[in-house]
Parts: sequence; structure tokens; C-alpha cells
Amino acid sequence: MAKVLVVTSGKGGVGKTTTTAALGAALAQRGDKVVVVDFDVGLRNLDLVMGAERRVVFDLINVVQGVAKLPQALIKDKRLENLWLLPASQTRDKDALTEEGVGKVIDELRARFDWVICDSPAGIERGASMAMRFADEAVIVTNPEVSSVRDSDRIIGMLDSKTVRAEKGERVEKHILITRYDPSRAARGEMLTIEDILEILATPLLGIIPESQDVLRASNVGTPVTLSNADGAPARAYIDAARRLCGETVAMQVPTERKGFMDRLLRRRAA
Amino acid sequence: MSMGLLRLLRGNKASAPVARERLQILLAHERGMRGQPDLLGVLREEILAVVSRHVTLDPTKVIVRLERGDEVSTLEVDIEVPNDFERKKVAVA
Repeated sequence: MAKVLVVTSGKGGVGKTTTTAALGAALAQRGDKVVVVDFDVGLRNLDLVMGAERRVVFDLINVVQGVAKLPQALIKDKRLENLWLLPASQTRDKDALTEEGVGKVIDELRARFDWVICDSPAGIERGASMAMRFADEAVIVTNPEVSSVRDSDRIIGMLDSKTVRAEKGERVEKHILITRYDPSRAARGEMLTIEDILEILATPLLGIIPESQDVLRASNVGTPVTLSNADGAPARAYIDAARRLCGETVAMQVPTERKGFMDRLLRRRAA
Repeated sequence: MSMGLLRLLRGNKASAPVARERLQILLAHERGMRGQPDLLGVLREEILAVVSRHVTLDPTKVIVRLERGDEVSTLEVDIEVPNDFERKKVAVA
């Protein structure tokens, strides 16, 4: 059974696109057939983070409006056999996303893939509401910071009222993914802790992605972070999160960088 | 003096507990408001309607403010009444 998963947050810049690419690649590496769909019409970036920016011909809006057929718009990943991208339009505006049109595209994707991962734009307007509209599950990306937690709460409210599932009296399965987490700052009382965030949002935890330079490096070269440095802390955290999405029980931990003695010494000097 | 020592002397107040408490109060309120009509808007309209029955008012001169406190909140209604208010009242009576 295909699953439609929305990656959302309300707030911008918390890591939705990074998360979409990383979870998409991790699930595809497990052998599932995955498509990542960019809903950020006008400000697309998933193509860039996936390293497919030069291969975009048609986009989601073209398919919604019937200008292109779905297979013409899907871009196959060059690294992973099972991973595909449906890019957003860079030129149209978000009003081109009609509910009926998006619904048809999602139905078609459900028939072809195991996972349909929708990368939501920031905000609570049309693009964001269309990205979550047909979702079965949601990953709410949250930074340990007051404005991000408040916006996540708002998005949780929308997932519980504005989705097709909610309107049918069913529930969208929600998961919190905490990104840019710094365990040492949390320990010093400078950053909201995992427990604080989960208690406030009253939603189960999917994973904790530590703050890491790997993430910027991965987007620089256009590779999902799970592929660019698979042994790095954020990659391991995303791979664990993907396993949990598949129903596996994986002990929750904050992966840390594996560093040698010299690295630590040098870093201390540099700081 | 190093930052660490400074903080130690000042009593090293962690900011995360403050963040947590502010969020809990704010979200409890926002969750309650969800799906509700805009309370301040409704109050402003209804107060305006009541006062207008007796006095001619400039609708732009009615200001409704809500200040939320920990224990109680204050609702402040500021109505600018024209100076010929008394005469109008007599005329009505």
C-alpha cells in the first residue's frame, strides 16, 4: 500500500527540503520505490538539493494542468534506482495548484510508488495546505527554538482539521523530527530539550538530527545527506528515522560525530 | 574576565526553561482560540452598536485592547465621545 507522507513545519528554514531528500534517499536505499514531490511553487529547491536542477523539463503544475503526462515530468535519480523527483514550477504561482488537479496527480503517484513524499513550502497558505491535503502521515520538522515550536503546533492543528483524512474522521499519523539539535547546548539549559518539545507538542518523536556541517556540504554538492556522508551523524539519524517510518523499532539516540583525538584537539584550538 | 566566570558570578540563568514556560502559556491560549471568531473584533462591533444607540460615534475612535496577564487579563475599551454628547442625550430623552 502506497503511503503519502508530507514533510511540513510552518516555519521556513528549519530543514524540510533537506529532510525530504534525506528520508527519500534512505527509504529508496531500503528498496522501496520513492517519489519526492516539491510543492514550493515559485520557489522550488528540492531539485537543487537533489542535484537534478539541470534536468527539469516539466513540473507538478504542468501535470496538474494536463500540459504534460506524469512520466514526462518525473526525474529519475542518477544514484538510486528507486528514487524519483517531481519538481515544482519556478514560474507559475501557487494558485495553479487546484485541489482536484493535485488529487489526481497524488492518485497516479500512489499507483506507481511505495512512498509519495510531499515537500511542503513554509507558511500556512495554499501550497502548504495542498501539500498536506492528501497525506496519510506527516513529519513535522521542528527546531529547538520557540518560534519553530509555535508554528509546529499550528501545523499540527491544520493536520487534524484540514486534511482529507481529518474530514473523513480518520487521523493523519504525525511524527516530530527535531533538527539542528545541539545536545551540549541543551544540557547547559540554553536550548529547549527534546522532552520540552515533545511535551509541548504532545506528538511522538521520529528522530533527532544533530546540528552538523554535513548538511550544508550535502546541499552544496546536490546530494541527499544520507548519501553524501552515510557515516556522518545526520545521515545515521535520518536512516534511523526512515527505519522507524517503516515500522521498525530503533532505539532513540542523538548520533554524534565520530571524532579522533587529533580532531578534538584541533577543533578546540580553532574555536 | 572570561564569559564563563561572568556567568557563574551572575548565577548562570538558563534560558531554556523560560522558553518552555512562555510556549506553554502561549499555546494553551492559541489552541483555545482555534476555529473561534476573532474575539476582539466581535467585542468591538457589539460595544460600538450599544453605544451608538445613545451617542453618535465615529467608529474609528473606538479602540479595544486586550492585555493578557498570568492570572487575569484586562480588556480596555477606549471610546472617544464628541463634546455635544450631553445635548444629544437630552434630545433623545
